[in-house]
Amino acid sequence: MNVQVLFGSIELGMIYAIMALGVFISFRTLNMPDLTVDGSFVLGAAVSAVMCTSGHPQAALGTAFLAGCIAGSCTALLHTKLKIQPLLAGILVMLGLWSVNLRVMAGKANIPLINKTTVFNLLDGTALETYATMIIPAAIIIILMLLLYYFLKTELGLVIRATGDNEQMVRALGCNTDWTILIGLAVANGLVALSGAMIAQYQSFADITMGTGMVIIGLASVIIGEVLFGIKSLMRRLIAVVLGAMLYRLVIAAAYQLGMSPNDFKLVSALIVALALSMPVIKERYQIWKKRRENHANHLGEERKNA
Amino acid sequence: MLKIETITKIFSPGSINEKKAIDNLSLTLDKGEFVTVIGGNGAGKSTLLNCIAGVLETDSGKIYLGGEDITYMPEYKRSRYIGRVFQDPLLGTAFDMTIEENLAIAYSKAKTRGLAPGIRKSQSKLFREKLARLGLGLENRIQQKVGLLSGGQRQALTLLLATIVKPELLLLDEHTAALDPAASRQVMDLTRQLIMEHQLTTIMVTHNMKNALEFGSRTIMMHEGRIILDLQGRERTEMTVEKLIEHFSRKSGEVLDNDRLLLI
Repeated sequence: MNVQVLFGSIELGMIYAIMALGVFISFRTLNMPDLTVDGSFVLGAAVSAVMCTSGHPQAALGTAFLAGCIAGSCTALLHTKLKIQPLLAGILVMLGLWSVNLRVMAGKANIPLINKTTVFNLLDGTALETYATMIIPAAIIIILMLLLYYFLKTELGLVIRATGDNEQMVRALGCNTDWTILIGLAVANGLVALSGAMIAQYQSFADITMGTGMVIIGLASVIIGEVLFGIKSLMRRLIAVVLGAMLYRLVIAAAYQLGMSPNDFKLVSALIVALALSMPVIKERYQIWKKRRENHANHLGEERKNA
Repeated sequence: MLKIETITKIFSPGSINEKKAIDNLSLTLDKGEFVTVIGGNGAGKSTLLNCIAGVLETDSGKIYLGGEDITYMPEYKRSRYIGRVFQDPLLGTAFDMTIEENLAIAYSKAKTRGLAPGIRKSQSKLFREKLARLGLGLENRIQQKVGLLSGGQRQALTLLLATIVKPELLLLDEHTAALDPAASRQVMDLTRQLIMEHQLTTIMVTHNMKNALEFGSRTIMMHEGRIILDLQGRERTEMTVEKLIEHFSRKSGEVLDNDRLLLI
């Protein structure tokens, strides 16, 4: 792997890490399988592309975040007020977002941003210009991690985390879980949309299909991070998610260099997540199998002794 | 303090499974009163607590707490005035969060949670003091996750969560039923200590008849959604478990043969 590819993967990894943090909030903190992600990622990219075209690349990021918040709120309301299962609520919003995203993109399936000013032009004319694609995502992900860490330790943050653990307890302690779920899913999808907005500016285009499988990539990042870097404290968990997202990109880049077709990436992602999710069961089975084998061996030994 | 006026709760109305869980029940509690509730399975004890707490909405009747009509107030709003401990030790706490974080959530119960820090230094000290008084050594494990605690420790912690902001009413739903006898005793002693200390108005459902007579100042017996016996004062102090069983048979016309009721 040459340096350029390595750097490129790290940069992409940091941007996708924003999305992974969003997935972490919905799947882990709220304990809610939120599939809105595939749609809200494109929503962020679409808003970002349109606003870049009209010359507002920085404002595009904030607007994309807010748009993602609205998408997440819709999923939350479908679940809490209309009692639709979280999985289905997410799929419904994701489906609806396809049309919304096309509207945002003025009916075009693809918006190119070649030669448009983006946030990555912020350092133009300074000594750091060449490293802008590395410095800007790094700065954003560090700021977001710190903000998220602080947020999850606030009064509101604590009840959002408790909602994922035990909704009944949260209600018994005077807090409306409909509200905590709404805020949680809004922030989660806001981050996902922000990630989409950055990706669009980074790769100079937005495409209506760019969100497909995003939730699985996010989940894979979260799980890789948990397995390799641990879940001990909240800060450690957040760092693990970010590192997991970067590692995922590196693995994909390595696979690409080794000649794997990009068409197969989604299958590989699905397999990684399936494997990671089944790990506890596989471990348990292995333990049982080992125990039985030992038991059997002991039994044979006894029989031999007796004979 | 608490006034329940002829409430009724029917499950699955109109179906063949229709069940009148609460039947025209009225009950008034004075401030500081500690009532124990006994009765067989399906007598409506838990349903009564759930109606008071707002988990279930009553079909008719009114519920007042401290003079305020709370009949249609959502559960989470009532929780600002009502502390609860459940039978299942897993239900009272957030297992993946630290003891300190659990206490902080309970401590901000009466207000709207915003973006202020969840735990302040001064609170941390208060939490340690409160935990130390449980006598379980939890004050030294404040940064540990609740998932590491035993059932008895969790129920003790849940009691503290329910009372750290003084509630107007404390509801205990067989909160020692899932514990072993030693832990059960410990949690019951702690319950009494906390109730005495804060002069809490309390309703405690129990399956243990001895506890029902030993704790509190009043005992009610429920059967088929109604109160069939209301013991206070001398009548109660002279009551024994044997006489209570006799009462039950006479009032309900049934023999008390419930496995879950501990008669001793």
